[in-house]
Parts: sequence; structure tokens; C-alpha cells
Amino acid sequence: MKTMSDILIIGAGITGCCVARELAAYHASVLVLEKESDLAEGATKANSGIVHAGYDAVPGSLKAYYNVRGASMYSGLCASLGLPYKQCGALVIGMNDQDRETIEKLRLRGEKNGVSGLRILEHDELLSLESELNPAVICALYVPSSAIISPYETAFAIADHAALNGVSFRFNENVEAVHVQPDGLFRVLTSSDEYLCRVLVNCAGSYGAQIHNQLSDTKLEMIHRRGQYYLLDRMDHPPFTHTIFQCPSSMGKGVLVSPTVHGNTLLGPTAEDIVDPMDTATTSEGLSEVLRKAALTWPNISVRSNITNFSGVRAHLATDDFIVGPCDSCPGYYEAIGIESPGLSSAPAIAQDLAGIIADQLNLSAKSDMVPCSVLPVPFRDMNTEEREKAVAADPAWGNIICRCETVTEAEIRAAIRRPVGARTIDGVKRRTRAGMGRCQGGFCMPRVADIIAEETGVSLPDVKKGSGDSFILAGSVESFLKGDTAYDRSEY
Amino acid sequence: MTDRNIDILVIGAGPAGLAAAIAAREAGITSLLVIDREKEPGGILRQCIHNGFGLHRFKEELTGPEYAQRDIDRAAELGIPIECSTMVLSVSRDHLVTCVSPVYGIQRIQAKAVILAMGCRERPRGALCTPGTRCAGIYSAGTAQRFVNLEGFMPGKRVVILGSGDIGLIMARRMTLQGAKVLACVEIMPYSSGLNRNIVQCLQDYNIPLLLSHTVTDIRGLHRLEGITVSEVDQNRKPVPGTEKHFACDTLLLSCGLIPENELSLGAGVSLSSATSGAIVDETFETNVPGIFACGNVLHVHDLVDHVSAESYKAGCSAASFVLNRHSEDSYFSVMDGDGVRGTVPQRIHRNVDSPVDLMFRPAGVYRNCAVVVECGNIEICRKKAQIFTPGEMALITLKPEHLRNLDENILTVRIERN
Repeated sequence: MKTMSDILIIGAGITGCCVARELAAYHASVLVLEKESDLAEGATKANSGIVHAGYDAVPGSLKAYYNVRGASMYSGLCASLGLPYKQCGALVIGMNDQDRETIEKLRLRGEKNGVSGLRILEHDELLSLESELNPAVICALYVPSSAIISPYETAFAIADHAALNGVSFRFNENVEAVHVQPDGLFRVLTSSDEYLCRVLVNCAGSYGAQIHNQLSDTKLEMIHRRGQYYLLDRMDHPPFTHTIFQCPSSMGKGVLVSPTVHGNTLLGPTAEDIVDPMDTATTSEGLSEVLRKAALTWPNISVRSNITNFSGVRAHLATDDFIVGPCDSCPGYYEAIGIESPGLSSAPAIAQDLAGIIADQLNLSAKSDMVPCSVLPVPFRDMNTEEREKAVAADPAWGNIICRCETVTEAEIRAAIRRPVGARTIDGVKRRTRAGMGRCQGGFCMPRVADIIAEETGVSLPDVKKGSGDSFILAGSVESFLKGDTAYDRSEY
Repeated sequence: MTDRNIDILVIGAGPAGLAAAIAAREAGITSLLVIDREKEPGGILRQCIHNGFGLHRFKEELTGPEYAQRDIDRAAELGIPIECSTMVLSVSRDHLVTCVSPVYGIQRIQAKAVILAMGCRERPRGALCTPGTRCAGIYSAGTAQRFVNLEGFMPGKRVVILGSGDIGLIMARRMTLQGAKVLACVEIMPYSSGLNRNIVQCLQDYNIPLLLSHTVTDIRGLHRLEGITVSEVDQNRKPVPGTEKHFACDTLLLSCGLIPENELSLGAGVSLSSATSGAIVDETFETNVPGIFACGNVLHVHDLVDHVSAESYKAGCSAASFVLNRHSEDSYFSVMDGDGVRGTVPQRIHRNVDSPVDLMFRPAGVYRNCAVVVECGNIEICRKKAQIFTPGEMALITLKPEHLRNLDENILTVRIERN
């Protein structure tokens, strides 16, 4: 069955979600297609979570323009959605005279880009700010406006707000072909369905070039650049309170050591060009590289409290800049391609511009009755005793702790599944609630979360998945195994 | 908000908590309460449906649930209240315990003594830093055990087990009996960390190979696990290139060690030992925080529940003495790990102790025909010979009060003497 919409967005990462939310402010039907089973499954879920200040991008580039503009939007955006946003500041550290020159250049570049408050700090002040810092540091660029957010939680809240205002999201829809029909409509073929639309927006991340090349006269080549990370356990006193960048040098870009909004410590990423953008495996070489480089920032590095390793794939273009806007050779087709770092920082501004141009082209009128975003409830772990008492009194499910490491209640897990764009998988619940994000990595809570998902979504336990595809957590019932029954014999490996 | 004052609060209704509560009640404490986060008491024993429990304590072979039931029944007989579905949120240094449950909401309970009996958790993949994809099908052995034994579902069909801890060995047999194919048990050390009887009964009896000095070096599968690579490791536990073996499997179970669950203890100001990851205690199982006691797997990881019960019973008696003001004066020996010895518990012993003290520890390696020796300064005070020590089996030597009389030094060292 052909589904018709005014605007179809390919990709439900941070860019696609932001564009959808901007367009939700207009009278138009908006549909988002996502090939994975949830929002934010690509680079959005696996990056450093930094709202960059904007000192890094080349002045005059789209990266510089959107970074500075997007970054300035985040504090208000996060406050309005009830999301964590922490302006922790950043340090770009230098270990020698050559680094000092680079740092001075970065400061000038930042000022050109409109970043305020940049200062160069010297050794003593640095060690009093960050006692775990390598004492060999000689100076650093201090970037007070650098902030941290939770990238996937941001995408979830933005998508919820879009959905509350009429945007539809369809998952497990892998776009296989796009073309323009003689009547001017775009025809989008997915693995299981067919869609028509007046305007097509490409927010396909790693697959941006693939969509572009089917519609544009120019051809793009995407470079898939993988970055591997360590995520360390929450601590009462994390080793660093600022995001610490290493000075880009002839030795490479270095890795960062940063707190996260939830009190964890993040180390990474590597930068390896790979063939398959779905190849988000970690490697022993990559992980050793992260450790080796992070030790330059943090000599007393300890990964004893490592919670998980992960990797994400950046959508890098050889031109090293974003492509944002309408495509000259294909009217009605808009794109945001190459949205790698500082893509997260830039996404809200990119979305504003894209939505503005699209609304102009389609002559859309703004809604007068836009539903305000619903601020997310305070998590149980952040409540005070009085709030907790009230919550349990109102609904006993607030008194049932499912994830003991992160103190996540049954009420929060059910609410995550019932959100406008709700969780359907173990990973979906994990990213929305933090159940399973702690030191036991879901060892205790995963079976309980699976039970709740099965109950809430009306499926049987063996149909519950970890994430996309055939990521079923179970192979079948004990009885079916003993009988040699193949009821759940989905695939042979 | 409910506010209560009681004599002894026991956190955890597994074998440790139950034994401690029973002991405290038998010693004359009437105002006590056991709380547990699960819906029912019994702890991890509820999912351990295999037998072999209770050989020492009851001289018979019980299943986990049967073993637990004996303590649950005894606690009921003694009228010990157990509140389940209750999660402790914090314990303060002065014994104020805050907990939450769906039924009672937030409760604040002020206790004269607190017994920590929260047990342990399994070491997850992240702690091993194993590279590869993050697909479905990778579980800790205990999670798989819960799925199979309590929920009635199988995690997969072709299984590799990483680590030879007891739960992993038990699950190798369990998965095999349920119709799955267990391809191998892979252990990074040159010896197993599990009980010898489990290696025989769970692996050898089913022809499951135990690959010692091997580890998992890659994990493949986009969505569900498709295969793993296993490599031999050198003496420094580093993978040896060229030794890779590939296994096609849909399930990887991890049995790579247990970690005492001490987040609450830390919040209460309890000092932990880096060797055991449990509290530092004296022979009464009192921690550095007066009136807070620790026992069972939250104190140090045991091999046998029988030992957990015995230890926890003593801890319960000590907590009762503390409440009943029969506490002794505080002059101690420090107990140190010597050659070949790791994680000796207790770490402190009262100088004027009047009953025997069991020193429990893990041998640091496999040692044959040797002896464990306890020394104070240059004086040997106790010696026990053994045919074999392995890290998989906790070792024990008992000090009698007379061993500890007339000693000048304050440090006791436990070491293994090799020939």
C-alpha cells in the first residue's frame, strides 16, 4: 500500500528528529522512515555527547556556522524538554611548544567563529582545576561554553515532541530506492513498503550519499569513520570535571577524556576508516589505542571500573564539511549530509534552516495550536525522599526497583514504553531509563525488563529483542527444546 | 513515611541473611527484621535447582531451593519477619536504613545493628573489555540460569562458556541437558576457578572441552551472536597470534568471577579490602563501622553455601552481642596475606578472643603437598598440611584462643609454605 505524505524524512537520528520537530510546527503531514528498530540507532547513540563550543571548525565553513548557532540553542532546548545539559567546560591541553602554537591558533579561530570566553591557562592553574591531569601539561585552551548532553535521550525527547504534534515514525523500514515520478512526487521503496511524498529530506547519516546519488547530478562518496570508546562507571568524584581534549598534532587528533551527564567517564574515540557503516564492532587494537592515548591526558588511568566498550561510525565527506539545504538538480529534495562532529551540536540549527526553506517552498502555514513538549518526569534516582514518597503513594510501581545499579523503577520502564515514540526493545528501555546501563550491565534487570516489555507490548517473552533485526534475547521455551520443537527456530547460525 | 526503631536489621534474605537472623533471634534478639529486594526469600539459591547443597551442614544433598527452605522454615518457626520486594536505598554510618517497596513506600528504619548480607553480582563483559560486536546472546551465566530455571526459556542453542566459575560449569551441564549444544568452556587461567567436582560432573561427564589458558578475542554477529574467536594466551594472559579458533555459536555465557555487591556498604562508610572487594572485618564480622556487620558473599565470595551459613550464623551472634552490650574491648591483631595467600578473612582479630577463629582465604595458585602457616613476627603459631591448594577452593585454618596468647607483635601473617 502506498503511503502518501507531504514530507518524508529518511533517518531518525538527531538530525532527522530535529527536522521532524521543526516541521511539526506547520500544517503538513510528516513521516520519518528509520531502518533500525528505534530512534538514534546510528552515530547519535555512539558519540562523545559534547556540545562543542565551535573553536575547531574552519571559519566560513558550514561546520563552523551551524556548530556555533546550534550549540547556543541546546541549553534552552534541554531545559524545555527536561533533559540533562551540563556546561562543564573543556580544556584543549598542550604538552610542548608546538602544541602551544596550535592552541593559540585554535583560540584565534574560535574567536573568528564567534566563540566567547576562550582563554589560555597555564600549568599551575590547570592542575588546580583538574588534579588527575598529566603534570607534563604546559598550557591549555580553556573553553567555558563547551557542554555535555545525552545525545540519544535528546533525540528521544525531540522525537516525542514531534510525534505529539502529528509526525509519524516508522521503524525497520530500510530505504532501498528513491526516484522522482513523472508527476513530480518522490517514490520511496523500502524493504517492505512503498511511500510517496512531495518533499524528501535526506537525514540518512552513513547512508546519506547513497540516497543523494540516486537523485542528484553530482555524486558523493561517504567515508565511514569508526570511533571506539570506553565508558567507565559512575563515581562520586569522577577523575575529570571538564571535557579534556588533546591538542591536534602531527601525531593525530588524540582522544578525549570527559565526564558524562550521568557521572560516568568517557574515553575515546579512535578514527578508523572502515568499509561497512554497520560495522560497529570494537577491536583489541582500537581499544588499546584509546587506552594508550587517554593515558597521555590521564596518567593514573584505570579501566577497572569499565562498564562497556562501544563504537560509532561518523559520516565523513572528503570535503570535510556538511552539505545542508536544497539540492540544485532535484527540486523538492533536501539534504543534511556529512553530519559528523560537530553534527550533534549543529543539528538543531541545521533543522531550523531546512524546515524554514521547506515551509517556504511548500507554502506551509504555521500551526496555532502546537502541543507543547511534555517535560520528562524526574527519574526516581534524582528525586528527594519526599518526592519518592509521593510517587510511590500515587503509583506503587514507583516503589518497585527493577535496575538496582541505576535505581530505575518499574514505573519508569512502563512509562518509557508508553512514550509517544516508545521503547520496544531492551536497548530502547535502557537508553530511555538507564535500566541496564550500570555496573552489572543488565545481568539482574534484563530478564525483568524483558517481562515488562512483553506485557506492555503484548508479545511473548521469546519475541522480545535486544535491538534491531533478529536480536532475539531467547531461543525458545525449555519445553520446545526438550521436544526438539522448532517453534522458535528462526535461523540457523 | 514510616519510621521504626529496631534492634537488628538484616539486608538480604539469602542464605547469609537468613542464617544471621536466625542466630540473632536464638541469641535473644526479638526486635529484628530481614528485608530483601526479591519477591521471595532464598536469594540466588532459588534459581540453583541442581543438587549438591548442604553436604557439610546437613550431611545430605539438597537442591538450592530445598536448602533455602530449611532456613526459611526455621526463620518462620522463630517468628522472624521478612519483608520482601523491598530495596534498600541507603545505609548511614549510624545505622539509619532507607528503603522502598511498592506496598510500604519509603521507610526509614533506625537499627542498633545492621547486618550486610547482599551477596554478589557477576562480572559482566564490559569488565573484561572483550572486543567485538554488542549483539544479543551474551549473558552472564547467572542470568541464563534465571531464564532457564525460573522463567522456563532457553537463551540459545549453540553455546560457548567463557570462564570456568562454578555457575558457568553448572550452566554447561544444564544447557546440555535441556537440548543445547555446549561447544567449549574457555578459561584464561591455566587452572579452573571452579570446584573440581563441578569440572568432573558438568564438563567431563558430557565431553565438553575445557580450554585452559584460552580466552575469547572476538565476538561476531550484527544483531544476534553468530560466532566467537578463541585464542590461546601466554603467561601474561595476552592472546598469542596464530592460535585463533573460531566457533559458530548463538550464545556466549560469562562466568568470569563474582563481585561482592558493596555499594550500600561504601555509602555507610565501610572500608573494603582490595583483595576480597568485601568489607574489612574482625573475627566477629564487624566492619570498621561499629555495629555494622558483614557476612556471606558480600564479605568474600564463597564456593559453598554451607560455609556462607556457618559464617553468617557467627555474624548474627556477634550482632546480637553488640546489641546486648557484651562487646569486648578493642585491641586487635591485624591479619596479613603472605606468600601464596589472597584475601584472608577476617582481617582483624581481637587479642583477647575466647573462641576459635576460622581464617579463610584463596590460594593464589595451585600448590601441592604444602602447608599453610600462621606466624606472628618470627613465631609460628599454627600450621596445617594439605595435599593440594587451588584458587577454585577456599582454604581454611582454625586458630584457637591459646594460639593467640602471650604474643608481643600485632601482626599475624598467613602464608603457604611450599617445598
